[in-house]
Amino acid sequence: MHRVLANEQLSPNVYRLVVQAPRIAEIRRPGQFVIVHLGPGAERIPLTIADVDAAAGTISLVIQGIGKSTLDLVELVPGDVIDGIAGPLGRPTELPEHGHAVCVGGGVGTAVILPIAQALHARGVAVTSIIGGRSREWVILEDELKACGEVVTCTDDGSYGRPGFVTTALADELARGGVDEVFAVGPVPMMRAVVGLTGPAEVKTTVSLNPIMVDGTGMCGGCRVTVDGIVRYACVEGPEFDGLRVDFNELADRQSTYRPFEKAALEHREACKIGLRTGAPVDAPPVGAGAGARP
Amino acid sequence: MTLDPEAPLTPKVPLTPKERMALKRVAMPEQDATARSANFGEVNLGLTEQLAILEAERCLQCPKPYCIDGCPVRVNIPQFIRFLRDGDIKSAAQSLLSDNALPCVTGRVCPQEIQCEKVCLRAKTGQSVAIGHLERFVADWGQRHAAEIAGSPAVRTGKTVAIVGSGPAGLTAAGELAKLGHEVTVFEAFHAAGGVLIYGIPEFRLPKDIVAAEVDRLIAQGVTIEANAIIGTTYTLPELREKFDAVFIAVGAGLPVFMNVPGENLKGVYSANEYLTRVNLMGAWTEGADTPVLHGQRVVVVGGGNVAMDAVRTARRLGAASATIVYRRGREELPARAEEVHHAEQEGVEFEYLAAPTEVLGDESRWVTSVRCVRMALGEPDESGRRRPEPIEGSEFDIPCDMLVVAIGTRSNPLLTQTAPDLEVTKWGYIVTDESGMTSMPGVFAGGDIVRGAATVILAMGDGKRAAAAIDAYLRGELPALPSAEPAAVA
Ligand SMILES: Cc1cc2nc3c(=O)[nH]c(=O)nc-3n(C[C@H](O)[C@H](O)[C@H](O)COP(=O)(O)OP(=O)(O)OC[C@H]3O[C@@H](n4cnc5c(N)ncnc54)[C@H](O)[C@@H]3O)c2cc1C
Ligand SMILES: Cc1cc2nc3c(=O)[nH]c(=O)nc-3n(C[C@H](O)[C@H](O)[C@H](O)COP(=O)(O)OP(=O)(O)OC[C@H]3O[C@@H](n4cnc5c(N)ncnc54)[C@H](O)[C@@H]3O)c2cc1C
Ligand code: SF4
Ligand code: SF4
Ligand code: FES
Repeated sequence: MHRVLANEQLSPNVYRLVVQAPRIAEIRRPGQFVIVHLGPGAERIPLTIADVDAAAGTISLVIQGIGKSTLDLVELVPGDVIDGIAGPLGRPTELPEHGHAVCVGGGVGTAVILPIAQALHARGVAVTSIIGGRSREWVILEDELKACGEVVTCTDDGSYGRPGFVTTALADELARGGVDEVFAVGPVPMMRAVVGLTGPAEVKTTVSLNPIMVDGTGMCGGCRVTVDGIVRYACVEGPEFDGLRVDFNELADRQSTYRPFEKAALEHREACKIGLRTGAPVDAPPVGAGAGARP
Repeated sequence: MTLDPEAPLTPKVPLTPKERMALKRVAMPEQDATARSANFGEVNLGLTEQLAILEAERCLQCPKPYCIDGCPVRVNIPQFIRFLRDGDIKSAAQSLLSDNALPCVTGRVCPQEIQCEKVCLRAKTGQSVAIGHLERFVADWGQRHAAEIAGSPAVRTGKTVAIVGSGPAGLTAAGELAKLGHEVTVFEAFHAAGGVLIYGIPEFRLPKDIVAAEVDRLIAQGVTIEANAIIGTTYTLPELREKFDAVFIAVGAGLPVFMNVPGENLKGVYSANEYLTRVNLMGAWTEGADTPVLHGQRVVVVGGGNVAMDAVRTARRLGAASATIVYRRGREELPARAEEVHHAEQEGVEFEYLAAPTEVLGDESRWVTSVRCVRMALGEPDESGRRRPEPIEGSEFDIPCDMLVVAIGTRSNPLLTQTAPDLEVTKWGYIVTDESGMTSMPGVFAGGDIVRGAATVILAMGDGKRAAAAIDAYLRGELPALPSAEPAAVA
C-alpha cells in the first residue's frame, strides 16, 4: 500500500504524484522505473521514478494521462492509496564522469530526463537541457531542470522560448560543438529525429525506450526491442539503449499493438463517467478533482 | 455386477474381491466439449460423493502399495482412500493433507498417468484407480471444511525465514515452516501470490479461487506475504540473508525462450508467458478488463507441453475459429498431461505433428499473417532418450495465422542470482543445492523449477517440503552449515 501525498498538475495532461515508497526512494538510481498496480483489476504500468525524497520516503511519478490506466492514476488525490509499486526496475543510467551532456526531453519524456540531468549535474558534468511542448502550457519541469544547468525551451507555436522543435535547438547545439553525449527521451518520432542528427555528428546518444510491458522482470518478453540486430528485453536490459542502434520502426510498430483496445477502454471510461456524473449528487466533485471518479 | 453410480452406497457391506475387481473406473463428469470451448468454467466438474466412494471401492488396499512409490511426495494413497471408502472424509482429508500441502492443486494438475496411477496394481490388469480424481474430491472437501481440520497453532520459535517466490514450492515451504512455529515472510515479484498456479495454469483447469483460498489459509496461519517485492532489485539476496535466520529460494524458471527465427517480433506473436499472464493473472479473459489481450481468429501455438495446451485451449475459448498446435515430434512424444491432450482434441484443437517453424511472416503493417514450417522426421534417440527430430529439406509449408504463441520452454531468470555472487549456479543459471536443498550460501536453500529446470507442481512441492524440514533442522542447529570452497561474504 502506497499513500498518495500530493498531486500537482504540470500541464494540461501531465501530473506529478508524490507517493510513499520508502524502500524504492532509498535505493533507486537514475534511469530506473517502477511498475504501478493501482488495485484489483488494474493494469500494471511502467513509470519512471522522476524524483525521490529519501528522507521523507517518497518518490515522484510524472504521469501523462493518455489512456484508461494513466487517467485513473492522475485523478488520485492525497490520501488515496496505490496497491502495488514494484521496483526499482531496469538498469541505472550509465553516467559519464565529466564533459558536456545535452539532455533532450519531449513531452512527458522530460520527466525521464530530469533524474538523469540531476545525476549528471551532481557529478560535475555540464548539462544543457532542451525541452519542448506544443505551447507554453505544455512545457513541464523547467525550473527543476534549471537547477541542473542551462535550459533551452522550445514551443511548436512559438508562444514561449524558442519557436520550433527540440531537434532544431539540438542541431544548433551540436553545430556549436563541444557536446560529448546526448540523452534523449520522448515520443519515437522525436528520438528517431534526434539520432538522425547525432548519428552523422558521431555523438554518443542514449535513449530511454517505452515498449509495452507487463511484469517488468523479464518473464513475459512483451517489452522486446531490437538493438543492433539483437533482441533485448527493455525491462531488464534497458530501458536505456544506444540510440544509434535501436530499431525505432519496430518499437513504434509494437507500441501500436493494442490501439483498438486502448481506444475502446478510453471510450468505456468516458461513458462510465458521464453515467456517474448524471447519477451523482449535486455536490459531487468535478471530474478531474479525483475523488471517487474511478470506475 | 452393475452398480448404479447415483444409488447411495452402503459402505458397511464389504464387497467381495470379485465384485471389487468387476468395478469399472468411474468417469470424471465434465463440461460438454462444445460448450466449454467457449467459456472459462472448469472442464472437470469433480466426482460426486457417490462416485468417489464407488471409485474408492476399487482400491485393493495393497499390502505393498506400489502407487506410493509412484508419487514424488509419497502420499499415503491407500490410507486416504480407505477413509474415504469408509465414509470418513474428514480423516481422509487429514491424512492427505499431512502428506501433501496443496492436494486441491495436485489432484487437478499432476501427470497421474505417469506417476501414482501408472504403477497402481489395478493398471496391470485394466484401469488404475482414479487416484487424482479421488485426491481432488477429498481435497476440495477439506478446503470447504478448512476450519474443522485445522491443526492447533504452533508454538512460536522466534526464528524468521524469508521465502522468495510464491509458487507451489514457496507456498508449501511456507506452510510447513509456519506449522513448525517459525515466522515466515514470502516475497513475491507479482502483485498476487501463487506463481504458475495463478499466472500460468488457466481458470478452466485450476480455478483461481482455489489457489487464493490456499494463500488465505497460509495468511491465517501467520505467514506474511510481501507482494511486489522483487529479490535482486527491491532487496538483494545477501540483504535477505542478513535480515532473516534462513532463506528459501523458489523463484521458478520464468524466462521465456523464443525460437530465434525471423519475424518473431511481429505484432501478434506472444511468448506463452505473456499470453497466459495477460489472460490469467491480469484477467484479460473477463469482459472489460483493463489489460488487453489479442483475440486471434486463426491461432498457432508452437510446443507440445502443458503450457502449449493451456495456450491453445485458451485461444479457443477467446474465440479462435482455428487453433493449431505445431509440434516437432509426434503425438506419442507430447510431454503434456494425457488428459490435457485429450481435452484439447475434444475441443477442436488441431495438431500439426512433425513440424517446426522456420520463419514468421507478416503483412506491410507488420502483423503476423502466417508461420512457415518445415517437416521433421524422427532420427536417432538423443540424450533424453527421445528420437531427435530432423528437418526434411525442401519440405517447407505455410500455416496462415493472425496470432502465434511460442511455448517451447522457459529458462532461469538471472535477476536474483546476478546480485548474489556467492550463490553457485549451473551454466544454465539453475541453482545448485545439496540433498537437503541447501545452496552454496549457508542458511540459503532452494527448490522447485529454479533448481530442476521447468518440472512439475508436485516436484516443486516436494522440494518445498524437504527444504522446510532441512531449514527447521538448520534453525535448531542440527544441520551443519556446508563447508563452502570460499568463505561466504555474508555470515
Ligand atoms: C520504462 C518506461 C517508463 C515510462 N515512464 C513514464 C513516465 O514517467 N510517465 C508517463 O506518463 N508514462 C511513462 N511510460 C509510458 C506509460 O507506461 C504508458 O503511457 C502507460 O502504460 C499507458 O497506459 P494507459 O492505459 O493510460 O494508456 P493506453 O491507452 O493503454 O496506451 C497509450 C499508450 O501507452 C502505451 N502503453 C500501453 N500499455 C502500456 C504498458 N503496459 N507498458 C508500456 N506502454 C504501454 C501504448 O503503446 C500506447 O502508445 C513509461 C513506459 C516505460 C516502458
Ligand atoms: C502454463 C503452465 C502449465 C503447467 N501445467 C502443469 C501441470 O498441469 N502439471 C504440473 O505438474 N506442472 C505444470 N506446470 C509446471 C509447474 O507449474 C511448475 O513446475 C511449478 O509451478 C514450479 O513451481 P515453483 O514454485 O518452482 O515456481 P513458480 O510456480 O514458477 O513460482 C515462482 C514464483 O516466484 C516469483 N518470482 C520469480 N522471481 C522472483 C524474484 N526475483 N523475487 C520475488 N519473486 C520472484 C514468480 O513471480 C512466481 O510467482 C505448468 C507450467 C506452466 C507455465
Ligand atoms: S500428489 Fe500427484 S502423484 Fe502424488 S498421489 Fe497425488 S496425484 Fe498422485
Ligand atoms: S496400487 Fe492401486 S490398488 Fe493398490 S493400494 Fe495403490 S491405489 Fe490401491
Ligand atoms: S516486461 Fe515482461 S519481459 Fe519485460
